[in-house]
Amino acid sequence: MRQLFRGAPFALAPSLALGASKYNLQPPESPIAAQIYDLHTIILTICVIIFVVVFAFMFYAVFKHRKAAGHQAAHFHENTTVEIIWTIIPFFILVGMAYPATKTVIEMKDTSVPDMTIKVTGYQWKWHYDYLNEGISFYSNLATPKEQIEGRAPKGEHYLLEVDNPLVVPVGKKVRLLTTAGDVIHAWFVPAFGVKQDAIPGFIRDTWFRANTPGVYRGQCAELCGKDHGFMPIVVKVVEQAEYDRWVAEQKQKQAGGAVQVSEAPGAAR
Amino acid sequence: MAAVHGHAESHAHGHEHHPSGLMRWVTTTNHKDIGTMYLWFSFVMFLVGGVMALTIRAELFQPGLQVVNPDFFNQMTTLHGLIMVFGAIMPAFVGFANWQIPMMIGAPDMAFPRLNNWSFWLLPPAALLLIISMFVPGGAAAAGWTLYPPLTVQLGMGMDLTIFAIHILGMSSIMGSINIITTILNLRAPGMTLMKMPLFVWTWLITAYLLIAVMPVLAGAVTMLLTDRHFDTHFFNAAGGGDPVLFQHIFWFFGHPEVYIIAIPAFGVISQVIPAFSRKPLFGYASMVYATASIAVLSFLVWAHHMFTVGMPVEAQLYYMYATMLIAVPTGVKVFNWIATMWRGSLTFETPMLFALGFLFLFTIGGLTGLILAITPVDIQLHDTYYVVAHFHYVMVAGALFSAFAGVYFWLPKWTGRMYDERLGKWHFWLSIIFFNVTFFPQHFLGLAGMPRRIPDYALQFADFNMMSSIGAFGFGLSQLLFLYIVLKAIRSGEKAPEKPWEGADSLEWTALPTPAPYHSFETPPVIK
Repeated sequence: MRQLFRGAPFALAPSLALGASKYNLQPPESPIAAQIYDLHTIILTICVIIFVVVFAFMFYAVFKHRKAAGHQAAHFHENTTVEIIWTIIPFFILVGMAYPATKTVIEMKDTSVPDMTIKVTGYQWKWHYDYLNEGISFYSNLATPKEQIEGRAPKGEHYLLEVDNPLVVPVGKKVRLLTTAGDVIHAWFVPAFGVKQDAIPGFIRDTWFRANTPGVYRGQCAELCGKDHGFMPIVVKVVEQAEYDRWVAEQKQKQAGGAVQVSEAPGAAR
Repeated sequence: MAAVHGHAESHAHGHEHHPSGLMRWVTTTNHKDIGTMYLWFSFVMFLVGGVMALTIRAELFQPGLQVVNPDFFNQMTTLHGLIMVFGAIMPAFVGFANWQIPMMIGAPDMAFPRLNNWSFWLLPPAALLLIISMFVPGGAAAAGWTLYPPLTVQLGMGMDLTIFAIHILGMSSIMGSINIITTILNLRAPGMTLMKMPLFVWTWLITAYLLIAVMPVLAGAVTMLLTDRHFDTHFFNAAGGGDPVLFQHIFWFFGHPEVYIIAIPAFGVISQVIPAFSRKPLFGYASMVYATASIAVLSFLVWAHHMFTVGMPVEAQLYYMYATMLIAVPTGVKVFNWIATMWRGSLTFETPMLFALGFLFLFTIGGLTGLILAITPVDIQLHDTYYVVAHFHYVMVAGALFSAFAGVYFWLPKWTGRMYDERLGKWHFWLSIIFFNVTFFPQHFLGLAGMPRRIPDYALQFADFNMMSSIGAFGFGLSQLLFLYIVLKAIRSGEKAPEKPWEGADSLEWTALPTPAPYHSFETPPVIK
């Protein structure tokens, strides 16, 4: 069912480097993103059908009931039965749409029992990640050189979507994110995971994802946060557990040198 | 009717008690003069906001920064939004209200003519403040038209000018609404019960109540911003015990009904135009009234669907999703009624009808993408992406603006006594609808693929559609100069309009007044059977 829905509409789309469609949502890489993808496909399909049916009537009237074609105007101007029918039927269509959507909302909001928790802090204009279980923390900045932005150098493949320190997470684990911000509101948005969560100064919000396959996934800040709002990408590197453990050990070693950063991220906070 | 006509003629000659020249316009209390000023003001603002939109689209033509710096880009997006909403679309429909409501209900003028003058003359200073704000240190507000703090607390004095402008615009809207409600409730011709009023009058009655309900809310929100900025209050500052999300709740409690303040009068214009060119009465008049009223009521209950990503309890997300989806029902009823009005009519396709059909077609697309956005999980994916930009431009440009064009072409003969050039009018329509779609349809794809809105530069996979969108925007913008030419040409040298240019038009301004309408519409009210 799911496979049938994904690919089917807009199959004509030429593929991009990541196999992404230019005409549709990015390929989902988490269970929630997959549900969102299917929800969107189902609802779009219903809407397209409604649209085609309704405007078939309009265009029929436009062609057949023209004055130029000699059509005389009828004089009816109400019909209670018809009006009740076209109020009730849409209502039931909406109930049909609301049912699967409700299930997904409930699942999205369930951040309980995570395998690991990462605190994400938005700043003008960079991200800061605290791995609360491992005691690692670092900043993540745009890595695209200024020359490319100002047109003095050819643009790279991941123009504006590359960072110096990506977020690294193990594949298949439930990762809970706690978002907050240090100055203004930002939003942590990675389309392939179906995650978009505002990061609000003074408040903590949470969300979660579970990545399906190893790889590199990219997103951007999605809440207007000042002049460099467009230059605040998010890169998530999903790796196998063994590689993740190696990476964690490496980071711990690195940070043992810079004691300031370690004290900033108490490992026991949960 | 001859009596009315004769009276009006004598007035046309008896102008000695009116100031002439510039002072006629400054001091006028006549609903037609004021309506005209509103319409011209809104058109000028439409061009100003349009130039800002083209600045945005010029920057986005290619990846990389070429035309403006990111801060100025943000100022442009902010001012474009504020000016189009408060300077162009709203005053355009208030212009229609001023011209049409007295003529449609058989009244001599608005209920409070001097208040009416004041409502209009508040607008130019407010517009000036917005424009001046670009030239003060720090530049104009650069936080988007939604003005979310804490970002707005960081900005320079341009933000204060914007807040002041919003206060003035709000006062103007409230006074205008009081005037419209009083006029409709008290000055109807004998025999014109509420359920006999033309639908345009109904939609404005409902809109005026919406305005009175929500403009003070916006004024409150921006006043709280002002005191946060300068008087050390902390309404929206978490460090001082406030809540940044509180602003969003207050803003959208205004902002969502505002969408309908823009859309509902547009529904009214369309409900006059479609029956006229179908030569058939509006189908389901009563259900149109009830549908409009229920849309208005529902519009107060759904504001937080703009805020699904701020993090809400699951119950709140579900409630706002269900309530939002519900709006599709009365909106659907309206679309079905319009199509049923055309069904088995005797249709002709003059320019007003073309714009009405364009409205119907494109507004429905905007409505359906709205339904898609109502689904919370999908909204979380699409929120603050170009999908939303595409969605609300389908509603506001194809919805409100197209219906305003329909209204201008429809009533221009009544207002000026002259016909516009039908051939050029059709050109205007086809150029507008084609370039509109070239501009905004690709933005759905950009949003689906994940391009955030309000960014001055973007990743390479978004390049093709952005270029297409920018080309469309320039085409759309230039097409509107044709509209200016058509209107000026009609006023200066248009053919004399026949007494009733549209065969199927049946409301009072067509049946009980000469063309052009006399300076004072009805000195003796017509009697409605």
